[in-house]
Amino acid sequence: MSEPELHLRLGLSDEELELIRSTLRRDPNPTELAMYAAMWSEHCSYKSSKVHLRTLPTEGPRVLVGPGQDAGAIDVGDGLAAVFKMESHSHPSAVEPYQGAATGVGGIIRDVISMGARPVALLDPLRFGPLDEERNRWLFGGVVAGIGGYGNCIGVPTVGGEVKFAEPHSANPTVNVMCVGLAPADRLLSSATEVHEGSVLVLFGAATGRDGIGGVSVLASRPLEDETQESRPSVQIGDPFAGKLLIEAALELVERGLLEGLQDLGGAGLTCAASESAARAGMGAEVGLDSVSLREPALEAFEILTSESQERMLAIVDPSRLDEVRATCARWGLGSAVVGRLVSGGDLRVTMGGTTVAEVPARSLAEDAPAYTRPVAAPREPDDPLADDPTFAAVTAEPLDALVALMSSPNIASKRWIWEQYDSLVQGQTVAGPGADAALVRIEGTLRALALTSDGTGRFGILDPYLGAAHAVAEAARNVACTGATPLAITNCLNFGNPERPEVMWQFVESIRGLADACRAFETPVTGGNVSFYNEAGESAIWPTTMVGVVGLLEDYRLAVGHEFGTGSWVYALGETFPELGGSAFAEVVLGVVAGRPPALDMDRERRLHRLLVELAGADLIQSAHDCAEGGLAVALTECAIAGGTGFAVGLVGDQPPHIGLFSESASRVVVSVAPERAVALEDTAAAFGVPIARLGETGGPRIVLDGLLEITVDEIAAVYEGAIPALLGGGARPGRC
Amino acid sequence: MSQRRPRIGVVTFPGSLDDRDALRAVAFMGGKGVALWHGERDLRGVDAVILPGGFSYGDYLRCGAIARFAPVMDEVRAFAGAGGPVVGICNGFQILCEAGLLPGALIRNRQLRFVCRWVHVRVETSLSPLSAGLVAGDVLRVPVKHGEGQFVASAGDLDLIERDGLVVFRYCAQDGGVGEADVPNGATNAIAGLRNELGNVVGLMPHPEHAVDPDVGATGGQSMFASLLFTALARASAA
Repeated sequence: MSEPELHLRLGLSDEELELIRSTLRRDPNPTELAMYAAMWSEHCSYKSSKVHLRTLPTEGPRVLVGPGQDAGAIDVGDGLAAVFKMESHSHPSAVEPYQGAATGVGGIIRDVISMGARPVALLDPLRFGPLDEERNRWLFGGVVAGIGGYGNCIGVPTVGGEVKFAEPHSANPTVNVMCVGLAPADRLLSSATEVHEGSVLVLFGAATGRDGIGGVSVLASRPLEDETQESRPSVQIGDPFAGKLLIEAALELVERGLLEGLQDLGGAGLTCAASESAARAGMGAEVGLDSVSLREPALEAFEILTSESQERMLAIVDPSRLDEVRATCARWGLGSAVVGRLVSGGDLRVTMGGTTVAEVPARSLAEDAPAYTRPVAAPREPDDPLADDPTFAAVTAEPLDALVALMSSPNIASKRWIWEQYDSLVQGQTVAGPGADAALVRIEGTLRALALTSDGTGRFGILDPYLGAAHAVAEAARNVACTGATPLAITNCLNFGNPERPEVMWQFVESIRGLADACRAFETPVTGGNVSFYNEAGESAIWPTTMVGVVGLLEDYRLAVGHEFGTGSWVYALGETFPELGGSAFAEVVLGVVAGRPPALDMDRERRLHRLLVELAGADLIQSAHDCAEGGLAVALTECAIAGGTGFAVGLVGDQPPHIGLFSESASRVVVSVAPERAVALEDTAAAFGVPIARLGETGGPRIVLDGLLEITVDEIAAVYEGAIPALLGGGARPGRC
Repeated sequence: MSQRRPRIGVVTFPGSLDDRDALRAVAFMGGKGVALWHGERDLRGVDAVILPGGFSYGDYLRCGAIARFAPVMDEVRAFAGAGGPVVGICNGFQILCEAGLLPGALIRNRQLRFVCRWVHVRVETSLSPLSAGLVAGDVLRVPVKHGEGQFVASAGDLDLIERDGLVVFRYCAQDGGVGEADVPNGATNAIAGLRNELGNVVGLMPHPEHAVDPDVGATGGQSMFASLLFTALARASAA
């Protein structure tokens, strides 16, 4: 049997090869083919998604930099910009969880730095298969240790994230990471920055090795197969120490105004950085591979060009500033080398050993990848969509048993085991860290704080991708609003199976529609993000997972609202509870089904709730606020009690069956507590904003009491909540280095 | 005589992470922070030195094992030898042990995982730059964040440490009681912080610099920094 042709082995289709031929008006040589394979990979080119991504709302009064750059940026006042982006590192993490997750952190940080911003926060939304399987525990322990192993060593606090478990994520864990940075708005290094002909390209940071070759084309743009282990050489190895030096050196270069541009070397390595730099400037570039510092001798041209060795960046520098740039790198112990320069025309010409090894239009690599409108096939509608809806199932479970089961289910149980492995305090600005509805990171020298959260679809996404994505935005924005902050913009990571399968593509298109509708309704434009396809093994894809990262702004962090109950407060529910158990945690944990229709989402109602929460916090009216979502009202109330170490006595309102009132997951609801003397003002304000409000009871005492339904001490339920994940892990999760 | 603000040097090694935070804490408490660089044999006339937290040189060998050879460390050793107040926080504590300025060593946490958590420590002696204004039995709330914070020492060293009262801080419960459950890393004898015989060098795993600003957490570090500023000022006035 003959081996398939080179372009097929590199992941390019016959049609794509034809396109390259017609661009070059000749056959590409193998080096050029490798460059196209990397740049036209799904991971780098978004060829299956970009047609749909264009439908997302990307503009707003605060948007400074929208999609298409290394990271998006918004105006957060006082002349400052928040720079942020979310990305996936799922594929490498499925092969080597520690390094896969670690290099994901390193990569997203460089995206933020390359905009000229200092990273101030990390968040890590993750999905795994159930922890009762050994391989899932290995993946989970490795990913958490890898995030900590890199993040803890570079001085950027990990302030939030979320972790969920579902069987479809067993073969492919979903590992996303979001980084947020701050920069003076007038110093952002976006494409608008002046670059000119003759500017030199300086590669600085670590040396280039063979690691990560084909990372984007082999690993990230194909389904995982049985030979996954053989993909290990495609996984990069992280060096957080070098990453930390790179942060400091790069930011010093930016602060001293020595750079015209800065590019991360991530997916597709030098090929990507050089071709994007040139294409954005509307120029060409000459790159000489002989001056690239190598980790080992005798690398071939295509290896140097597509290596994904970590901790490297490419600076565009006016020749007059070159000495200062190199001296700064040296002071931080980093190597630097002039590897090329910008030239007129549009060609990227690469030389090695005195000969030209590649010569192609830079733009054709960076911008001219094909865009596919892949076929879409909706699943067949069931004859009676309500037949299997758990909302109408007969329920025999005792309310207390159900609450205990929910509080100890891994999706709801405390994630302390995870976030205690992350440094959430470094930089000294963490007003609220992991465990809060949204993390609050103070903007130094001001009274403002960034409110950050990430949220993603789980059960809702597989049952209805449109609603799933819309709920993800709504819940993330609600979490931010609970602290008193105004949600301003979002980044996202769209994690799906193989886009060449019409049923997966349908999930993707529906999710984009949900994302777009919700972002429009909440006026939170999308400033960038990432698409991760091919998250499947065999015929089994992950659940469609739209991860949303929201950046909000709190005007005065001294008025921040937490979710802890104090004693002697009155408890209210904002919003209304409807019989909606479709896709709920109650249905999965207690009834054992993931079925039905997710709760409805009234965007207008949701928006009013957000505005009310910001008003209540600004007027210092409430003592606590907590999003009511997974597990319903009962779980939300219990979480507030555990956080505050204080019980409550409440009764349900309305005449719904108890399990609906306790566990329904109707959207647009928040539990708040208020000092009794301010209760009237709270009720009046809610009415003014058109948000339904109902008094449930009061806080205090050592027990949680849901009148006539269940009763348990806070200490007992807290032990259940805190103990669940450590108990599942036993000694089974692999520890990593510090 | 008008009193000047005490000048507290904070050394930045490659891989230091909490250096800016330590400088900020010094300023917050009314001192003058002075940035020091690992490659320079110059302490810029400071009244006290802080070796901050982080992962100096990546800590790929043993924590602190390379940093002790940094040029600035010759100056720090001489400064300590002359009675100058020296504080090592987290990685700085590890460096002081590696440099032989404090006894014992810090190894992987017993649970083999990094831990970031707010803890309580009990003051054991006033004889250190971080506890000069405190009395034995005081309980402070401060955070820890480390992967290698389990203090160990040889039996001989340990006898000496306890006999001579070199333990400055022990992990404890909120009420000051010491028990294994409140030790975040398995440290021997719940040791969180340690001084030298002279009482001018102190190292601790908790991060007092992250516990001075009430807007971002508890303030157990305030009295430690107040002690340091007081000690530094007293030394400066005497000189």
